[in-house]
Amino acid sequence: MTIWLDQDSKVLVQGMTGSEGRKHTQRMITSGTRVVGGVTPGKGGQTVTFEEDPVPVFDSVAEAKAATGANVSVVFVPAAYTKKAVFEAVDAGIALVVVITEGVPVKDTAEFYTYAANSGTTRLIGPNCPGLISPGQSNVGIIPASIAKGGRIGLVSKSGTLTYQMMFELGDIGFSTAVGIGGDPVIGTTHIDALAAFEADPGTDCIVMIGEIGGDAEERAADYIAEHVTKPVVGYVAGFTAPEGKTMGHAGAIVSGSKGTAQAKKAALEAAGVKVGRTPSETAGLVREIMEGRG
Amino acid sequence: MDLFEYQARDLFDAHGVPVLRGIVARTPEEAEQAARTLDTPVVVVKAQVKTGGRGKAGGVKLARSPEEARDRASDILGLVINGHTVEQVMVTEGADIAEEYYFSLLLDRANRSYLAMCSVEGGMDIETLAEEHPEKLARIEVDPLVGLDAAKADEIVAAAGFAEADRAEVARVLVLLGEVYRENDATLVEVNPLVKTGDGTILALDGKVSLDDNAAFRHPDWAEFADESHDDPLEIRAREKHLNYVKLDGSVGIIGNGAGLVMSTLDVVAGAGKEFPGTPTPANFLDIGGGASAQVMADGLDIILSDAQVKVVFVNVFGGITACSEVAKGIIAALEILGEKATKPIVVRLDGNAVEIGRHMLSEAAHPLVTMELTMDSAARKAAELASKN
Repeated sequence: MTIWLDQDSKVLVQGMTGSEGRKHTQRMITSGTRVVGGVTPGKGGQTVTFEEDPVPVFDSVAEAKAATGANVSVVFVPAAYTKKAVFEAVDAGIALVVVITEGVPVKDTAEFYTYAANSGTTRLIGPNCPGLISPGQSNVGIIPASIAKGGRIGLVSKSGTLTYQMMFELGDIGFSTAVGIGGDPVIGTTHIDALAAFEADPGTDCIVMIGEIGGDAEERAADYIAEHVTKPVVGYVAGFTAPEGKTMGHAGAIVSGSKGTAQAKKAALEAAGVKVGRTPSETAGLVREIMEGRG
Repeated sequence: MDLFEYQARDLFDAHGVPVLRGIVARTPEEAEQAARTLDTPVVVVKAQVKTGGRGKAGGVKLARSPEEARDRASDILGLVINGHTVEQVMVTEGADIAEEYYFSLLLDRANRSYLAMCSVEGGMDIETLAEEHPEKLARIEVDPLVGLDAAKADEIVAAAGFAEADRAEVARVLVLLGEVYRENDATLVEVNPLVKTGDGTILALDGKVSLDDNAAFRHPDWAEFADESHDDPLEIRAREKHLNYVKLDGSVGIIGNGAGLVMSTLDVVAGAGKEFPGTPTPANFLDIGGGASAQVMADGLDIILSDAQVKVVFVNVFGGITACSEVAKGIIAALEILGEKATKPIVVRLDGNAVEIGRHMLSEAAHPLVTMELTMDSAARKAAELASKN
């Protein structure tokens, strides 16, 4: 079993005809994802062929959904148009919308997050995230599919490359689903959402949670773990050496005064019984011990 | 991006929020002239720095004549407040303050919404108020899809406990401040204090505004807010090359891909540094991003190698989209361009996409400055060791 994404997921790509969209659609198809259509306003009726596979382009998400039965959409459109694209996907009733685009104004994100939450039907992941993968079944976004096989570890992370690093180190054990939730100040799916889903997923035995400086999502996740999670959780937090008041690459990665520090996040996770590694490799080692029955 | 008080004042004014007249001065003589222009019995000379605690630090002074304004400006200009040197002051009209209030509207990351905070006890540090008298600080969520409309403003002023007679006018000002927030892609609009004057006028006496850098593309006018005077020259150079770079104090230069991995690399290097004499620490944060080309790698290496504090460079790449072969090509190209100017050792750890090709390219090039390590932890140790020796 997996969370949110499996071999039956039918995926639309919003912005498929752009260079990034085209490149990653090819990668998604190569890794076995059922990409059923692309959406680019004004290019409806065209077809884009990926190696052997022709994929139809639609003018709107609603048309694409009606024609293909898509239930997932991945958004590659530029930041200036992301809000409009997400509103359209929500209006069409797409169950899972994954926003890869980086640099979206946080006002737009706050608005389309609220719009998706109000709909009661759409789960939003991202923006500024690598997407999610259920290895061997489906891959939505930009996570390299070849790093890890399917398995029973669940992973949730604010960081793309740390996700890849962790999947690489544990690739032989394998993952049920790995979810990159993104590094922006406002994101659709949180650590807590993923923890809840992995806790409920019979295909997941152990959960890896990767956090970083900024905000208090990790602290709140720690509270949630203490109350609701029975499966073993291993954590990693990046940014112990980040100076106060400087944005470290991700728009949300900033220590403000004494708030949002890595120290506080690590302490909160440990207080909730989570084992926290000092380096990505040590963290992977802790997961390995648990999965091999030594933890 | 944080604005100076006078820039916040101008934004407020443009949206119809009642503010006092104010003039920016960079010299005591300009301050004197500003006071003459304002022509009020009392003026206030206020340090323009992007930090709190100005009053306590002596950065806000009353003056009763243009000459006195000049002298007060002379006292304030050059003051260092929380590490910020005062380079300009704003001279404003004096106000007959009857009551002081607090208002802010900000991005609430945790609730993925906006939060309005308001109190009839303003003027003091809001964190102190929130801690000591949380009951006196009204906290009301504002729906991002609706904004701070009249109904929400009424709710806020009622919750904050404003006197009936003042509610309508305060609510009117809050709606305008809500427009300042939304129309300018702000993440914070704070007015402390919001005041009522002796004649019952509501005024924003001091303002703090933070803008969302991600929204700069739709605000060409923000260019005038750019303030690089305090930035590190290397940070400015990196920005020109569109590189995500933050200067730190240590001796191990860091280049990696992805914000999380680079932050993690800094931590691992700092940890490894503790095992070596002189405890070397990271010199910078530099994220070359996803899918970086050889050119980007070369640009990054060039910036780090021109940091005099750097003794060794650690290139840590996990190729997801980024191809390790491109990274290797960039390292080799940068070393060729730099020629004899390149004197610092480079420790490289590559994994992921096209790793075999990348490693092979570096082996073939066999540059005497380049050392390859197979894991992030061993590479960090190697880099710390070299920084400690050199």
